[in-house]
Amino acid sequence: MQTKKKANFNTWLMQIFLGCNAVIMLYPIFMMAISGFKTNSEIFGKPFSLPSSLNFDNFLVIWNTTDVPRYLLNSTIVTGLSVVLLLTMGTMAAYALARYKFRGNIMIYLFFLSGLMLPLRLAIIPLFIQLKYLGLIDSLLGLICIYTAMSLPATVFILTGFLKTLPSELEDSARMDGASEARIMVQIMLPLISPALVIAGIYTAVPIWNDFFFPLIFIQSPEWKTLAQGLTSFFGEYSINYGVLYAGLTLAALPVVTIFIIQSNRFIAGMTAGAIK
Amino acid sequence: MSLASDHDIDLIYQKSLRKRKNMRRLWLAFLLLPPILMLLIFVFLPMASAVLYSVYDWKGLVRGEFIGLGNYYDVLFKPRESWFLFNAFKNNVVVFISLMIVQNGLALVLALLLARKPAGYRFYQVVIFLPVILSTVIIGFQWKLFLNPIFGLVNKFLRMVDLDMWALPWLGLPETALGSMILVNTWHWVGFPTLVFLAAIHRIPKDLIEAARLDGANEWRIARDIIWPLMAPAVTIIVVLTFIGSFNWFEIPFIMGSLEGSPAYSTDTLGLLFYRTAFGSVSAGGSNFGAGSALAVLIFIFIFTFSIIVTKYLTSREIEMG
Repeated sequence: MQTKKKANFNTWLMQIFLGCNAVIMLYPIFMMAISGFKTNSEIFGKPFSLPSSLNFDNFLVIWNTTDVPRYLLNSTIVTGLSVVLLLTMGTMAAYALARYKFRGNIMIYLFFLSGLMLPLRLAIIPLFIQLKYLGLIDSLLGLICIYTAMSLPATVFILTGFLKTLPSELEDSARMDGASEARIMVQIMLPLISPALVIAGIYTAVPIWNDFFFPLIFIQSPEWKTLAQGLTSFFGEYSINYGVLYAGLTLAALPVVTIFIIQSNRFIAGMTAGAIK
Repeated sequence: MSLASDHDIDLIYQKSLRKRKNMRRLWLAFLLLPPILMLLIFVFLPMASAVLYSVYDWKGLVRGEFIGLGNYYDVLFKPRESWFLFNAFKNNVVVFISLMIVQNGLALVLALLLARKPAGYRFYQVVIFLPVILSTVIIGFQWKLFLNPIFGLVNKFLRMVDLDMWALPWLGLPETALGSMILVNTWHWVGFPTLVFLAAIHRIPKDLIEAARLDGANEWRIARDIIWPLMAPAVTIIVVLTFIGSFNWFEIPFIMGSLEGSPAYSTDTLGLLFYRTAFGSVSAGGSNFGAGSALAVLIFIFIFTFSIIVTKYLTSREIEMG
């Protein structure tokens, strides 16, 4: 009886702690979202109350008069193409390394792995000159190249690990039937690794979507700015209109948050993929 | 006509074998060359060039003459530069230690609680991870607005509960700015170590913990003597990632403070200093690619060496699970 009471008490204590933590995590995001519906005077006068009406004016200002929609489009292009390129190249390398025995296999695998340890940010100066030489400064293609190369080691690492676990029977019987290597890869093996492709896709897409450092240095004209970078110029322009600022942040957060809520399991598995053996 | 002799068949077989071998080689080259080239051109080449650049004198975008370790001497020992370097380094150390205690400590507690699958387990997991998926730019601006001395929600709240004396300009005082940013970083990232720790705890065999519980061990002893040693690999990874993250700290101080680590360089970091040195700023003057590259090489060597030492030390304490 005594221990049961104590266990009950502990459960309550645990729930209170986790509950408080959940409030601390959610409340700021909630405040950010509702403040986007408020006018400046509401934000100053009644900061904690709900907006007096569901008023989309701030969002309309952003949609109609700022470059934020353009930034959204640029980020979508950069992230989308980078991830497609990454998964294609990553699968190619990982497939060769995981499914074939050849001389130099381990060397090439180590070459990709060593890329995991190189912080590309520190090579920003040579990268700047190199991109200038290639005519890729102030271009989305430049960003796509950098992101693809930068995330390739992690992608190869995740996909190789997964491809190695596949049994070779399917492959062998298809080979006996005279299927070409390319056909075996695309039609038989690749459908089997789609869960790993999703994981690798999320693992690489989220940091690319959120990145601010490389565009800060490589993109100058407003028309090519990405969302995270564009927000800084947007904040400069609207620095006194708090409702619009909050609405901008909410709008910027919306795409990722929506996908996260629908696919939270895959997101968590994907983003922690590099850290969980 | 007679049938083909054994010798002929052998020859045809050999030929087709060679052909298949060549095909295979081509196929492997097709698979491997594009990704290898991509990595060489956009990662390895610039990394190697950084070392080369650091031993030259630069005039803007133009490489000047070879000056050996001159740039290294400048960033390490010139009085003004060395003050900046030491100041930024000190802040990075403070960030690392604070995040280890506050962020990862909290994450450990949360993971231990969540591992007991309380009611609402799924909900808590998703909520803790929600800020992790957001861009640091969004988080930084959001909290900069919340921490605004006059209109910010934090001070409005403090005044509402009669704690006016605590309604400080949090980001404007050298004493509180760095601490505020570390707390914002904690809020942003705590879900990551929490869920990595949680996954590690889940992999510990259930019967091990059950057996200890049957033997009458209390929760604290179970956590200390069974869970903690068996989750060591996850701890190693989080320590190393926190270390790398702390010494690359750039976005939060850039957005919530400024490129100059304001107020009064109290939030300056190696990342900001590197950016200023390389691309120029009010305090650093014009852009200097030589000194910037030297700084980059030094930061890289430091992070790399330290990460390896930490990994070696921590893995030596790990226990292999059967």
